[in-house]
Amino acid sequence: MDKISLTIDGQEIIANNGTTILETALENGIYIPHLCHHPDLEPVGVCRLCMVEIKGRGLTISCKAPVEEGMVARTESNEINKARRMAVELLIVNHHADCLSCAKNTQCKLQEVANYIGIEEKRLQRLRKPTGQFAIDTSNPFFDRDPNRCVLCGICVRTCEEIQGVSAIDFAFRGYGTTVSTFGNKPLLESRCESCGECVVRCPVGALIPKNVQQPSREVKSICPYCGCGCGIYLGVRGSTIVNLRGDPDNPVNRGSLCVKGRFGYEFINHPERLTRPLIKRNGKFVEVAWDEALNFVAKRLADYKGGHFAFIASAKCTNEENYLFQKFTRTVMGTNNIDHCARL
Amino acid sequence: MAGLATAFGSGAMTNSINEISDAACIFAIGTNTTVAHPIIGLQIKKAVQNGAKLIVANPGKIDLCRFAGLFLQHRPGTDVALLMGMMRVIVDEGLSDLSFIEKRTENIEDFKNSLASFDLNFVEQTTGVSREKIIEAVRTYATCKPAIVLYSMGITQHSHGTDNVLAISNLALLTGNIGKRGAGVNPLRGQNNVQGACDMGALPNVYPGYQRVEDPEVRRRFEAAWNSSLNDSPGLTLTEIFNAIDEGKIKALHLVGENPVLSDANAKHVEESLKRLEFLVVQDIFLSETARFADVILPAASFAEKDGTFTNTERRVQRIRKAIEPIGEAKPDWWIQCQIAKKLGRQGFDFSHPMEIMEEIASLTPNYKGISYERLENGGLQWPCVTREHPGTPILHTERFPTKTGRGKFMPLRYKPAAEIPDDEYPLLLTTDRSLYHYHTGTMTRKVDGLNVLRNHELVEINQKDATALGITDGEVVRVISRRGEVTAKVKVRDVFSSGVVSMTFHFAESPTNVLTSPALDPVAKIPETKVCAVRIEKLEG
Ligand code: SF4
Ligand code: SF4
Ligand code: SF4
Ligand code: FES
Repeated sequence: MDKISLTIDGQEIIANNGTTILETALENGIYIPHLCHHPDLEPVGVCRLCMVEIKGRGLTISCKAPVEEGMVARTESNEINKARRMAVELLIVNHHADCLSCAKNTQCKLQEVANYIGIEEKRLQRLRKPTGQFAIDTSNPFFDRDPNRCVLCGICVRTCEEIQGVSAIDFAFRGYGTTVSTFGNKPLLESRCESCGECVVRCPVGALIPKNVQQPSREVKSICPYCGCGCGIYLGVRGSTIVNLRGDPDNPVNRGSLCVKGRFGYEFINHPERLTRPLIKRNGKFVEVAWDEALNFVAKRLADYKGGHFAFIASAKCTNEENYLFQKFTRTVMGTNNIDHCARL
Repeated sequence: MAGLATAFGSGAMTNSINEISDAACIFAIGTNTTVAHPIIGLQIKKAVQNGAKLIVANPGKIDLCRFAGLFLQHRPGTDVALLMGMMRVIVDEGLSDLSFIEKRTENIEDFKNSLASFDLNFVEQTTGVSREKIIEAVRTYATCKPAIVLYSMGITQHSHGTDNVLAISNLALLTGNIGKRGAGVNPLRGQNNVQGACDMGALPNVYPGYQRVEDPEVRRRFEAAWNSSLNDSPGLTLTEIFNAIDEGKIKALHLVGENPVLSDANAKHVEESLKRLEFLVVQDIFLSETARFADVILPAASFAEKDGTFTNTERRVQRIRKAIEPIGEAKPDWWIQCQIAKKLGRQGFDFSHPMEIMEEIASLTPNYKGISYERLENGGLQWPCVTREHPGTPILHTERFPTKTGRGKFMPLRYKPAAEIPDDEYPLLLTTDRSLYHYHTGTMTRKVDGLNVLRNHELVEINQKDATALGITDGEVVRVISRRGEVTAKVKVRDVFSSGVVSMTFHFAESPTNVLTSPALDPVAKIPETKVCAVRIEKLEG
């Protein structure tokens, strides 16, 4: 990729040709307010927050403007401030105001932008329309959609179309009543949505929110236990419970993406029906026993079947190390090669 | 994956997932990718957006067809005919890669002779795909390079699955689409660690790293390493194990984390066999349908409660890490197995962490030789990884094939119809499929409430024409009957399959589909034919 040089706020910057001003600025630690930009998606330039001033050209939307050799850009001026303030106020007056009760609080991009630009609470109170004009869609088992918090950045729409190729959602209606909705304005559950949650992850505000969110106290890097893709994940842990899960952006297989099973299918781990104690069948009923008793019993019985009377069925769900031990056990302890697993498939 | 090993000396994906976006042509046969491997599905969609040509060959009009330039809807079980027909066109039209064939392959003449019986009239009639479409598909695959083939259970779960795979490898050899970025022959493996379980020798005929148990030199090496004398005759495969139980030859079974009562072809047989055992020990995280038959159940830790590695479908060995303590008194399977071995008086099971087990694996498995937990901290490694400095291998067979001659071998093939074909009594073909929302026999996903909301019951998918003929409507509960048994399930009328073909999943204990399926085995890979069996559908009485 060839390099070019430009100036942003007086700083000389070397950028990759083909990137935008916004990307270049962010990469170089220069913040420009933005909402509808997402690094994974094609830019659309609808929120108009990322305004900069380019010498000889005037106000420009930086998320759509490619860098050019010798370009001189400013991110701060009276004119820029005025335009941005108008854009953000318009968003806020249409936005549900109760930040404290929002699950996105402190991670909300709208808050970030508003804090940066600085807004006058009083003026907004007067402008604000009554909130809660749209019904919240709670039909999906894994996440809710609250259009009253939506800033119409279209990130979810583009994610569903560009990344998922599903196009379950789109803009509906026009003017003040504009909202993001499914085809025919049906609940998500009845739409063609595949519940991958990719839009939820990217929504900059609290309009798409996972159900029962609990912030983890720590995260552990691992691999999805379902299909052979082997997507990288982070398990979110709180105490001894897995409370959430996210894609590992650095894993070369999935680069942060996950499907519905991987993203939301972790509840089985802490499920109340998990087996928690060894069981021995006595008179047709399973009885709980201590580990030592169970292991002694198994060893004593298996001792009678060494050789061809024994077989082992290993598991494609177990680790490499475990499968290695299963076959070593079968071959060395039991003296047979009768080992296979269910999924030669 | 026996077929691929015959032709290429290795049965794994030849290329990597992220190369899909570099392919000029993607040929997806027998894979419902967006459902069974959703993240690979995303890569395909992205490649198509960037201009790649997608050809889908599948008995069902699957979701992936929305992105395909060309869709070949061949009858279930006619893959060999379709593929050989395609290759016939390649040879006839001079689209073969002659210099590749000359430099890198062998046995082309024998193979070409076997093409003689696949003239396009026969292929058209057998597969139900028009010759125009076949020709268009072939020209695309053979001229848009690099071309990548992706396939999955739709290809392998047949009584002649090995032939299907060989047909695909022939196709890649013929067009030189192997050993290059964005090309290759790529089986998408179903379960998270099937690849690893095979690599580790959880198979009756090979030690870790596909080293054959009959090979005296190999055996001596393992005998020395394990300090044990080893049995030189290959063991029994899964299906053979169940037959041997019936014959009273196998009396004790140790089963970990699997649920054959739901997953195996001809499930009723499996249940009867389990009852016949003198001793059954099961290790699992839930009381599965299979565990109910056990004499002892040992509670296992889930993937989130232990350290270890999984090997994904592109041969990438990756670390899983313990996030929480095991639930209750559950223990990791590796620990349990070590305890039992030690109680039986055996040395060589004194491991205190899976890291130490990986060291032993690396010392005995050439492909894993360079792999260690220390290196895996910085991300996964794709085998072969043969030294501590080796970066891993994203693309196989770039210079030679791991066969005796170093060449890729063309395999002559004949068309054999599916073992069970519909007749008057059982007029419909049943093929098994998967749902996006559930996984395998549902032991894990059925315990996730939200996934049950998205789908909580079996569906028999049937096309409008057949439904009308049978007088059944969408949502009605019907009986599905095969020569082996029957189940009840709800009907979904959808024109996904052509007339005469119906489909079910096997995720739901309430409707155990595999009661119906056929135990006919592929003679080489010994994979049961769960993809095709003959059934009839009846309305419930009253
Ligand atoms: S969850 Fe996935 S499929 Fe559903 S709307 Fe969001 S991006 Fe689209
Ligand atoms: S729901 Fe979120 S991502 Fe979608 S348009 Fe509204 S704010 Fe943007
Ligand atoms: S997230 Fe989905 S695609 Fe990825 S490994 Fe898990 S089940 Fe497979
Ligand atoms: S980020 Fe540029 S217009 Fe929204």
